[in-house]
Amino acid sequence: MIKFLFDRDTWQEIYSSIRKNKLRTGITIIGVMWGIFLLVVLLGAARGVGNKFDTIFGDFATNSVFIWGQQTSMPFKGFQEGKQLRLKRADVGKIEAEIKGIEYILPRNITNSLVVNETKTLTTGVFGDYPLLDLLQKKHMVFGRFINENDIVYKKKVCVIENETYKQLFDKGVNPLGTYLTINEVSYQIVGLYKNQMRMGGPQGGIHIPFTTFQQVYNQADNIGWLMVTASEGFDIRQMEEDIKLMLRNIHSVHPEDERAFGSFNMGDQISKVTGFLTGMQFLTWFVGIATLIAGVFAIGNILLITVKERTNEIGIRRALGAKPAEIRRQIILESIFLTTIAGTLGIIFGGLVLMLINAAVGQGDEATLVNPTVDIPVILIAFATLVVLGTLIGLIPAQRAVSIRPIEALREE
Amino acid sequence: MIEIKNLHKSYPMGKESLHVLKGLNLKIEEGEFVSIMGSSGSGKSTLLNIVGLLDVHDEGDYILNGELIENLNEKKAAVLRNKFLGFVFQSFNLINYKTALENVSLPLYYAGVGRKERQETAMEYLEKVGLGAWANHLPSELSGGQKQRVAIARALVTQPKVILADEPTGALDSTTTDSVMDLLKEINNEGMTVFVITHEEEVAEQSKRIVRLKDGVIISDEKVNQKVKA
Repeated sequence: MIKFLFDRDTWQEIYSSIRKNKLRTGITIIGVMWGIFLLVVLLGAARGVGNKFDTIFGDFATNSVFIWGQQTSMPFKGFQEGKQLRLKRADVGKIEAEIKGIEYILPRNITNSLVVNETKTLTTGVFGDYPLLDLLQKKHMVFGRFINENDIVYKKKVCVIENETYKQLFDKGVNPLGTYLTINEVSYQIVGLYKNQMRMGGPQGGIHIPFTTFQQVYNQADNIGWLMVTASEGFDIRQMEEDIKLMLRNIHSVHPEDERAFGSFNMGDQISKVTGFLTGMQFLTWFVGIATLIAGVFAIGNILLITVKERTNEIGIRRALGAKPAEIRRQIILESIFLTTIAGTLGIIFGGLVLMLINAAVGQGDEATLVNPTVDIPVILIAFATLVVLGTLIGLIPAQRAVSIRPIEALREE
Repeated sequence: MIEIKNLHKSYPMGKESLHVLKGLNLKIEEGEFVSIMGSSGSGKSTLLNIVGLLDVHDEGDYILNGELIENLNEKKAAVLRNKFLGFVFQSFNLINYKTALENVSLPLYYAGVGRKERQETAMEYLEKVGLGAWANHLPSELSGGQKQRVAIARALVTQPKVILADEPTGALDSTTTDSVMDLLKEINNEGMTVFVITHEEEVAEQSKRIVRLKDGVIISDEKVNQKVKA
């Protein structure tokens, strides 16, 4: 068999058979090529979408939950239902001391304020924040810095603005660093400008000022707008969410079963929905790709069957001249393998080129829709091997047919 | 060389079966030039197919080159065909996308002969049939007579024991018929056993022995006194 594979005549036979039927061979090759091409491109695109989501989620702590106070829905300990609840600064320490597995706990505040820059005005969310926010929701600084410890300690009148807010308050190209914004008639110096990748996971954008400054300026005393909590590795964020809410009900004298007293939003839940969708998409990609591949392989089998039919006479001649059935059979199988290999290689090359084009067109930069659309080499090799194996198996059908025709009948065929 | 004893062959035709060969006895010695004559349906093609190991007989014995042919599988038949038999067909049966040389060397390929030797031997036989200059031509570029010469060269190239020719001149005009027959005679004169099937008197008369078949039985078997051409 090895000798047969390296025999020049073997390939000469295949070459002449293919050369003789250029159109037929071409169409067959295109069929299989299309299959593997689709598989490569679809897998690459799916990977690109996955990467895109990864870059988005990469900016967020995915195992995080937001908790805020609402109104009670049950009377408890002499309080009527409908009591307005506000989280307190003191709650943070209590939660931290009591609940295990908390990685970070971050209080935040927000209020809508009128912001003025010379002649431009805007009403937007103003946040009171700690430097820790930068760790939980990555702020991509374009200029300057985020709020730091110093700002917190000295209750500085500084602010960090988001790009979209900046665009509405400044002329294009103006460097905002060091200039002052008037927020509710108080002046703040701009120390940083950042760009958001995507708005999700609670209120974002707007203007950030130090948490302590916010408390003072807006007379918030110990009130907190909401809490952002992240779980350490190995701790269940959903369990933590329940535990914290139960504890808060206890602290704030709320009925233990009053589910509506405290609101929460679990990022992990939202993200797992998206990743579930991604998994489904990947599965679909594989399914479509493999189905197309199989269709292509059947096309090869079909074409070879026609070939065998057309070449019945030739096969008869060869057998009259002394070709053993095994020789005829392996000739046809090898033809099948050869065609699938060529087609597969071409499909992978074209698929790769298209992915390169997609990457060049929409794969780079912040606005990229597909990030790094790629396919793993092992995946390609497996698909390729499958293709060749299927090509061999499907080649068996026409090969068997070729040898099952008796030479006398084959010779009669004109 | 070829010995047939009480050979029977029938083909199933629906529920009935068509009895084509009804107990043939025939013995062909080495170096003979035999022609089988008969009208269509006389069973002459069936006889050739059985002798050529392209078909199997139902009853009786067939001895080829001292070997009793029985329990023949395709693989064994292929080897025997390659070794002992050379075929010449009415419709030439050349492979149309191969050159004359490639067609002639094909049996050697299946005999397992190396590439270089194959080319040389094939060329030698092409020259023998006078087509050395046409070695690289495709069958479509050759005339009918030339095609048949290529086919004869292909039949000879493995140095078989018998040349089996099925209506070798059936598709040729009278001039080329003569030249092909001359070639067969020449081969025969060199000692090759030639077995021709024909329905043309003129062709049969050029052989050394005529066996006439009718309805599956031999009705006559006689030596020919060859006329020497003036």
